[in-house]
Amino acid sequence: MIYILKNRILKGIVTKHIGPSLSKEIELVGLGLKSLIQKRFGRSLHIRQVDTGSCGACESEIISANNPIYDLQRFGISFVASPRHADALLVTGPVSKNMLIALKKTYEAMPEPKFVITCGDCALDGGLFKDSYYVCGAVKNILPVALHIPGCPPSPLDIIQVLLTFLRKKEQ
Amino acid sequence: MGCSEVISNIKKSLPDFSALSVFQNYADEICIKVSPQVFKNVCLALHKMLPSPIMMLFAVDERKFSGVFVVNAVLVDLKQRQWIIVNMDIPQENPCFDSLARNMYSATLFEREIKEMFGIEPKGNPNLRRLNLHDEVWPEGNFPLRKDFKEMNSGSLGEYKFNRVEGGGIFEVPVGPVHAGIIGPGHFRFSVAGEPIVNLEIRLGFTHRGVEKLFEGKSCVDAIRFAECISGDAVFAYSVAFVSAAEKISGILIPQKAAYLRGIFLELERMYNHVNDIGGMALDVGFSFPAAYASLIKEAILQLNEKLTASRYLKKVNVIGGVSIDIDQTKKIMLLDSLKKIQKDFNELVKMLNFSVSFMDRVDTTGTLIRKTAQDLGVVGLIARASGIPADLRKYFPGVYNQVKFKMITRAGGDALSRLELRFYEFVESCRMIEEFTAKLAEGLDIKVNSVLKQASALGYVEGARGPVLCWLKVDSNGVIQRCKIVDPSSHNWQGLSYAVLGNIIPDFPLCNKSFNLSYPGNDL
Repeated sequence: MIYILKNRILKGIVTKHIGPSLSKEIELVGLGLKSLIQKRFGRSLHIRQVDTGSCGACESEIISANNPIYDLQRFGISFVASPRHADALLVTGPVSKNMLIALKKTYEAMPEPKFVITCGDCALDGGLFKDSYYVCGAVKNILPVALHIPGCPPSPLDIIQVLLTFLRKKEQ
Repeated sequence: MGCSEVISNIKKSLPDFSALSVFQNYADEICIKVSPQVFKNVCLALHKMLPSPIMMLFAVDERKFSGVFVVNAVLVDLKQRQWIIVNMDIPQENPCFDSLARNMYSATLFEREIKEMFGIEPKGNPNLRRLNLHDEVWPEGNFPLRKDFKEMNSGSLGEYKFNRVEGGGIFEVPVGPVHAGIIGPGHFRFSVAGEPIVNLEIRLGFTHRGVEKLFEGKSCVDAIRFAECISGDAVFAYSVAFVSAAEKISGILIPQKAAYLRGIFLELERMYNHVNDIGGMALDVGFSFPAAYASLIKEAILQLNEKLTASRYLKKVNVIGGVSIDIDQTKKIMLLDSLKKIQKDFNELVKMLNFSVSFMDRVDTTGTLIRKTAQDLGVVGLIARASGIPADLRKYFPGVYNQVKFKMITRAGGDALSRLELRFYEFVESCRMIEEFTAKLAEGLDIKVNSVLKQASALGYVEGARGPVLCWLKVDSNGVIQRCKIVDPSSHNWQGLSYAVLGNIIPDFPLCNKSFNLSYPGNDL
């Protein structure tokens, strides 16, 4: 316990410890996002993530976006364990045949209103895997996709920024 | 040990054995061609003699050239520091061979894969259910890794049959493929009597993307970028395994400085994976502060990677013949500074976990994989070392690790605590080795050489964060890939997990799972 307290005090708030320009960027982007989400989804945006055959790098970056430095949750965006609790479905990977049913079922399990976000180059059109015998390719041919976050993998900051731009457009 | 010694050793257990051909393919690779009748016995003799699990077992479709399928079994001789590849030709009419699975468990999954991908029957294998091509979506009679496979033909679909545990009070808990966390997909079926798990069946293959088929027809240069996208947290290990196979084929030796740089990047990758797993274990028992603390360390390493190579996951660093990114004086200072901070933070993380009695109580004796079981299953890499098996390619095939004081670490317990402690020590060891490598980097030297590929095959290997990543590569005279077989350490180790959880309760499963932290995409390909 003593070490936890010690490190809690010594570390302080880590968002201030990273470079000032980056930190400011996150603040600006994130605060804008928060007010938009409040208007659109009441208080917060809940996301359910589904991996349809990604290499794991996108997952790693999505998890990083939730770490104390980027801390997506302070802006009202949280990742939930069940599609029943979700407003948005975040899909990664080129959609392996084996995941097609699971992907559709997860989407069907979500309550309305709902929208789909794709994350990473594979989810856009199959990426490097698009010619494979076992890949269904573009998520947009399977579900109605509202937003794509490009990158291989997109960095945590990319993820936050793209979400903001999208929600701002929705607003207008 | 040269070819003749290997043969005479095999003869000790198989007196009337004779090979069709034996040759030293490379300094660390011996190829033995045998007839299909003795293939099983030769593999078995080597398996006992070395001793080595089946590290790889795979088929190559050579019907166009010689009218046969070639099946290769790869075993490793750690003492003599070489790989032994036993192969045989199987005629294309009713292709089949005698199954090794009843005698060597480590061959089981590979045989199932050969059956579903090539339609070659391993006669006598008691379990030939499909692995990656799920029965529910892939019709019978389509064998995608055959060269003449064009597209999927329709046919009858089937259903996967799980092993059933029956009896009073037994119930099943199915989990997945979509899990609660942000993680890859897999299906876990627990059979539970009261609280303890009596059986766990893991069904994988959900992230199957046909990686091995996509390699075929690519040039080696293009394929490096592709190899980097197979398993997102082992990007550098995969690219090293791939390019080292290509380098063996072209017969070049990379410059010493490039080898140091690869050493640095490999260890950086190991560090961020280990700290990620340590944090994951804390998170999965609800100990959130150290988990968040570990995520800061991981982020620091990823940002360091980005500053060094412009990629958080070390993509686009490797080229055939060396590396494309140098570490100059300024980067060197930055690297050493960052490492010091990372090391300091890491020590605090270790203290936080070590001094928490409830956390230690939770990991101690949880998810034990005993040494005997680990050996029988052919478990490799970090998981094997945590069960007391001395297996680390960095020790037995040192390469650049000869230049630094590398110490292999093992733990005897085989439980979650052993795997946790192993990661503690390996992290510190990696940190130290990076400092040693960095000190050896001289200014201005070459970091890559040119290479010309020829028609040949070779085995590339490297010890990644989870264990040995193996890549067997065959190219034609234009440098176009004919076949590329990848084996991730996870494909050996998933079975270990299903034994480690027996007798534990389901609430401890996330902890056991995280302490193994196996790759879904690396296993499913």
